Amino acid sequence: MIEFRGVTKQFPDGTLAVDDFTLVIPSRQFIVFVGSSGCGKTTILRMINRMVDPTSGQILIDGDDIAKTDAVKLRRSIGYVMQQSGLLPHRKVVDNVSTVPRLKGVAKAKARDDAMALLKTVGLDRALADRYPAQLSGGQQQRVGVARALAVDPNILLMDEPFGAVDPLVRAELQTEIMRLQRELDKTVVFVTHDIDEAFLLGDHVVIFQKGGKIAQQGTPAEILANPANDFVAEFIGADRGKRRLTVSDEKSADGDLVLLDGFGHPAGVMASSGAPIKASGVKSRSVSNKTDQAGDA
Amino acid sequence: MNVILAGFGWIFTASHWTTVNLGPGIGQRVAEHLFITLIALVFVVLIAVPLGLFIGHTGKGRTIAIAASNISRALPTLGLLAVLILFLGIGLLPITVVLVLLGIPPLLAGVYSGLESVDRTTIDAARAVGMTELQILLKVEVPLSIALLIGGLRAATLQIIATVAVAATFSGGGLGNYVISGVAQADYAQMMGGAILITALALVVDGLFALVQRFVVPRGVSRGTSRRNTARAGAIPVVATTRTLIKEGQ
Repeated sequence: MIEFRGVTKQFPDGTLAVDDFTLVIPSRQFIVFVGSSGCGKTTILRMINRMVDPTSGQILIDGDDIAKTDAVKLRRSIGYVMQQSGLLPHRKVVDNVSTVPRLKGVAKAKARDDAMALLKTVGLDRALADRYPAQLSGGQQQRVGVARALAVDPNILLMDEPFGAVDPLVRAELQTEIMRLQRELDKTVVFVTHDIDEAFLLGDHVVIFQKGGKIAQQGTPAEILANPANDFVAEFIGADRGKRRLTVSDEKSADGDLVLLDGFGHPAGVMASSGAPIKASGVKSRSVSNKTDQAGDA
Repeated sequence: MNVILAGFGWIFTASHWTTVNLGPGIGQRVAEHLFITLIALVFVVLIAVPLGLFIGHTGKGRTIAIAASNISRALPTLGLLAVLILFLGIGLLPITVVLVLLGIPPLLAGVYSGLESVDRTTIDAARAVGMTELQILLKVEVPLSIALLIGGLRAATLQIIATVAVAATFSGGGLGNYVISGVAQADYAQMMGGAILITALALVVDGLFALVQRFVVPRGVSRGTSRRNTARAGAIPVVATTRTLIKEGQ
């Protein structure tokens, strides 16, 4: 469990990035922070592994105040995935994955074996193990980044816009993978994005931020979609523009599925006849398919 | 053209390698030249490397380092030598002090700009996964900037080799002596021979550094840009100072 208690962060230049932020993140949840650039969501994420120290307030992990722990030790116990993979360009893929276990004193052969197993877990071919990061595609690099974050078997995984820099097809694929991983590995995941569709797709619990690290609304995607707390949220999730209000059109698709229209009358998806999830492999139960659900293997 | 040929003729006169006008021969002068260079280089490395690593890693004191580099680059070699000799007397000490002062700026600049050239995201990621500051420095920043670090060492070494030649004015030993006495005795073959030897020595050392730079760059890191930059940085001081020497000797 991660607990923020009245956390404030003012940067040396005077910017108040986070103002009196309080939140409890239960264990084993997939929680998504979503908001526009500069709303403080990344700052809050980076406070969890002390990459940023709060000006005031407390952050507790499983009841322990992290300000009292050693920052390096704390970081080695928390997985961290960032937008630009952040891999070490002079180390092979397998060595990148085993970086932290090696720092913690795990023997080289064992660290390598574990790393090879992790590459498999994140869906990478063993043949890539001896390549250098620059020889991989963006999507592959992000997978290596996830494998590195998992290498210390952390309870908490922090992900800072990890799929922001890859193309939409690969992003969809990675989104499916991360949902599968979270189900299999049972970690607490804190995920930052500015993409509301991604937030609703991935999050068990979604926190929508306004400027200054203020929570505009939090809840399950269904709760937020059904009852936007205010105009800001309605605008942010696209409800005010009718994007979220779907109606059944008179037309049918070639397979006989009903075509759904958004508030503008543009086709937004189809109503699946069975009402069952689109893919057995992962996407959470939702009867309406839209663009973020096309999670094929690219 | 004749003078240059005469210079080569002087160099390839076998007896000159053991003795020149009853003084030390070319072999000994080369050894002196390299020895003085090496002594100065040890001090330069001991001062500039830790300082450069500190500035490059923390970003602190960067403006001071740049200012200091610019000032010492503007110092006139010969004038500085003359002043120091007034205070410290003739000998290896004032010469070494001058060589160290002139060798520090290129190496310092190479080290801190090398570290600054490392992608901030990579460093941020290394810190976020739990590397200590020292581990970030030694396992990430140094390997990724090694080409620029060696480039700084290369420029400093060539600066020192060129300056040792000037130091011969104050009986500092080394190949500069042939240029000085060649001018004094109107023995232009000897003067040109000395100048050619200094240039050749600088080129050989530069070539060795180029090889080292090639092999130290870690695989997986693109080499192109850094090598081009350092090669240019290394070439300038030799040419400039050899020319100065010839001008000042006349």
